[in-house]
Formats: sequence, C-alpha cells, structure tokens
Amino acid sequence: MREDKGLSEIRNIIARHKLWDLIFMIIGVLALMIAVLTFMALFSHMLIEGLPRLSWDFFTSFPSRRPGSAGILSAWVGTTLVMLVTAVAAVPMGIGAGIYLEEYAPKNLITEIIEINVTNLAGVPSIIYGLLALGLFVHQLGFGQSILSAGLALALLILPVVIVATREAIRAIPVVIREGAYALGATKWQTVSDHLLPYSAAGILTGVIIGLARAIGETAPIITIGALTFIAFLPPSPVQPEFPFLSFEWLMAPFTVMPIQMFNWISRPEEAFQVNAAAAGLVLVVMTLTMNALAIYLRYRMRKNIKW
Amino acid sequence: MVENPDEGHAPLVEANTARYKSEVRSLSFYYGAFSALKNINMKLHEKQVTALIGPSGCGKSTFLRCFNRMHDLYPGNRYVGEIILYPDNVNILSRDVDPIEVRMRISMVFQKPNPFPKSIYENVAYGLRVRGIRQRAILDEKVEEALRDAALWDEVKDRLNQLAFNLSGGQQQRLCIARALATDPEILLFDEPTSALDPIATASIEELITDLKDKVTILIVTHNMQQAARVSDYTAYMYLGELIEFDVTDTIFIKPKNKQTEDYITGRFG
Repeated sequence: MREDKGLSEIRNIIARHKLWDLIFMIIGVLALMIAVLTFMALFSHMLIEGLPRLSWDFFTSFPSRRPGSAGILSAWVGTTLVMLVTAVAAVPMGIGAGIYLEEYAPKNLITEIIEINVTNLAGVPSIIYGLLALGLFVHQLGFGQSILSAGLALALLILPVVIVATREAIRAIPVVIREGAYALGATKWQTVSDHLLPYSAAGILTGVIIGLARAIGETAPIITIGALTFIAFLPPSPVQPEFPFLSFEWLMAPFTVMPIQMFNWISRPEEAFQVNAAAAGLVLVVMTLTMNALAIYLRYRMRKNIKW
Repeated sequence: MVENPDEGHAPLVEANTARYKSEVRSLSFYYGAFSALKNINMKLHEKQVTALIGPSGCGKSTFLRCFNRMHDLYPGNRYVGEIILYPDNVNILSRDVDPIEVRMRISMVFQKPNPFPKSIYENVAYGLRVRGIRQRAILDEKVEEALRDAALWDEVKDRLNQLAFNLSGGQQQRLCIARALATDPEILLFDEPTSALDPIATASIEELITDLKDKVTILIVTHNMQQAARVSDYTAYMYLGELIEFDVTDTIFIKPKNKQTEDYITGRFG
C-alpha cells in the first residue's frame, strides 16, 4: 500500500515536470516561428513582386529613367568588384591577426586590451567605418570615391568577424594535436602552417563567407564614402587584350552597389520602380543565401575527415 | 613472492656500472608561484624502462614533461635545477638550449592517441619532414622501419595513404609510437599511454614498450601499478611533487624502504 502511494506520487511529480517541458517547447517553437515566418513573408513578398521583373535584360541593362528598361548591370558588377577587394584585403589580414593573437602573442595586458578591442570592433556601427574610410581612404590616401575605398571600408568592417572566426577555429583544435606537433620538434610556424591552418580552414572559411555575406548588404558606409546612385557605365575591365594583360584601373573607378541601387529605386515615386527594387532585392537575398549555403557546404566537406 | 630477487632483473648486476642516459639534479618546477616539483634527483639508466608512479596530482606528468620542455609552451612556468643528457653532458633545461633541439632528441607519446588528421604515412613522416628530409626513398624507408618497430607495419602496409582516424584506438596509439620512433630519439617519454585503451590494446602496447628498450631509453608515467611492475626495470614513487623512493622495480614492489611507498604499493593509500 505504502509503496503504491509513493509510486503514484512520483508519477504526479513527473507529470508536473513534463508539463514544463511542454510549455517551454511551445514558447520555443513560437519564438522560432516569428523569426522564420517574418523572413518567409518578406522573401515571398519580394518573390511575388520582383520575380516577374527578372529577365536577362534586367542583369545586362544600366539603370534608366524608364523603369521598364532599367537594370542592375552596374550594381552587380560594382558589388562583385567591391567584394573582391574586400576579400583580398580582409582575408589575409584577418587570418594573420587571428593566428598572431592565438599562437604568437605573449599573454599580457596589452594583448588582452587588443583582444577586447577586436571583439568590440564587431559591434561598432557600420557608418562609423564609413566615416573612417571617408577620412582615411578617400581624402588622406587619395583613393577617391572609388571601388578601392569601398572595398577597404568593408574589409575593415568584416575584419573583426574574420579574426574572431580564425581564433575560434584554431582554438577548437585539441591541445593534444598542437602539443603533438610541438613534441616532434616543430617550430611555431611549422605547427601553424602544417597543422593549425589546415585543420581550422573550414571554420576560417565559414567566418570569411559570413563576413562577406554581411558586407554585401552594407549600405551606410558605402553611401558615406560617396558611391553614385545613378551610373551608366562600367569600370574599366581588369583584363586587357595587350601586355601586361591585367589592369588595375578599375580600382579607382566610381561605382554603385546593389543595396544603393535598391535604395535609389525605392525612393522614386513611380510604382514600376518599386517592382525594380523588389527584383534587385531578390537578387541580393539570393546572393547572400548562396554564400551562406556555400559556407555550410564547404564546412561539411572540409570537416568530413576531421574527428575530435 | 619471487624467491630469487635477481631473477627477472638481470640488469641489477650491471646497474652499478651501467651507463646513465640522463641525470636529474635538484630539479624543482613552478607553475607560477605553485611549486609542482621539489628538488628531484634521479638517474635514467640507458636502454632501460623507468616508470613514474604515484597518486593523481603527485607531479609525475609534470616531471615527464620537463624532459621535452613541454612546459615552455605555456607562460609562467619555471624550471630550477638541471636535467643532464649523456653522453654529451648538456643540461636540457638550460636557457641556452633551444627547446626545439631538446624535442628533436627526446620524443613523447601522449595519454590519448593524438594522430594528426592526415594519412598514416604522413603521420609517421612528419617528424622527419620537420627535420627537412624530403627525399621520398629515405622517408619510405624510415616510415616502414618505424611502423615495424611499433608492430603496426603488417596491419597498415596496404593502406598507408588512408586517414589515421580510421585505425582503432590501440592502432592509433601504436601509430603515435611509430611517429615518435621515426626520428630515432634518444629517450622516449610515455605519458600514461594506455589509459584510454582497452585491456587487449594495453597488453600490446606494454609488450611493445618491453621490446623497444633495446633501442631507446624509456621513461613512462603510469597510474597503473601492475603496469609499472610489468614493463619497467626501475620505478620512482612520487608524492606531492617529491621523489619519495627510486629503485629497481622489484625492490620497490617487494621491499620498499620507505613506509609511504609501501602504503601506496599495498593499496593502503592512493
């Protein structure tokens, strides 16, 4: 009798505790739904409005006064080139800084202050980076309102992301692997280049791509350094028909980027331009999602052979 | 138990005249202000197995890691005293001696098998590559020799290019031993090499350690007293950073001179 009573009491307690499981699960699902549904609503609205506008011509036409013949040629070319500069600048600098902080820097007060600074830089409003770039790159260094200035501004913006991703990826490597390399007589650089970098490449790459996906949608710093909102020509081609075949004139060219093109169209009164903006937005979102998907795929591919 | 104490440790006769590979003189070690090792003096007999035993936290791993200057990887660590390596009489703890040079002479096998996420071949070859050896023929030869010495060659010779992670735990540990052997070390350090392995893999590693002493001087940390009794010629008992007793293994296990050692050996403590 007493045992039965004890058992039913335990069952009551379990039932009560499980109720909390249920309640929390419902709250969690609701929170998740708000995030997912918001995105779905935005995306499908853009899809419905913008998809019919997408055509080959839309990608190959310059902006125009007539909404029907306007396109995003200068915008996507500009975005691509700016991203190229950003990647070329931010990736080696970010990885280098990350490796230094993780592997080489002496553990002292100065290093600690630098670390806190780097982490905080990720939270600085992007327009501040725009102001810095305007003062430093555009005026001080005389790069002008160019692709180079914009690319470097965005590189500064995503630098903390790359540094933090590099450090975390390196830190995820087990201590015994690192010690194993040192125990065989490897120097710091041998340990870094033969082990730490290859084993953390997946994590670093994910950080780089997520950083670039953030940079691709940035508008404020680009406006600050003075991107054009209406541009009907392309930067000079980087590939030349005669020697030396490569040209870097495009770095100094004026430009526009996708979000600015969108912003320009949204601010027009005509209804037809709103449709253009939706179509451009759709392209931008697909670009970002593709980059994120690529990051996930690469991480999966590169982590496949690494188990710890 | 053993009627004739000389049986099973023939080296005892030679012990007095035997050559030493290394001598530890008044070694103390500090993690910051914490004194982890206190005034240790002992000698490593050449081509013999010396075991370090003692309860958790007694400093046996800390002591082992002094031999390849592993502590130099982390800030705030300090050595006092000397570890002399023979025959060249060099103090490997000296500031003038590069820890990398020490690690090239003294290899280490870790507690948990730690193969690199590379092929079996590249794991064994890494120590050689670090030394700048590039010729394929030399690498091939050294890799095979090391894998044979680690009793792994027959199991892996057909899949040298496969990932080391595909091996079992015991095979991975033997791979790590091969990796440590490939560079012909003068001393091989083992830090509880079987604590992550099952009994069968443990037996094969122990057998291997016994075989290896023809080639190399071995220092092994173990928390398993039976293991120390099985594989070692000399045993050191440590407690709270001090070397309590150091002697021929049979003496330590049968007739320890120190009461503390006896209590630990007989299981009354630890």
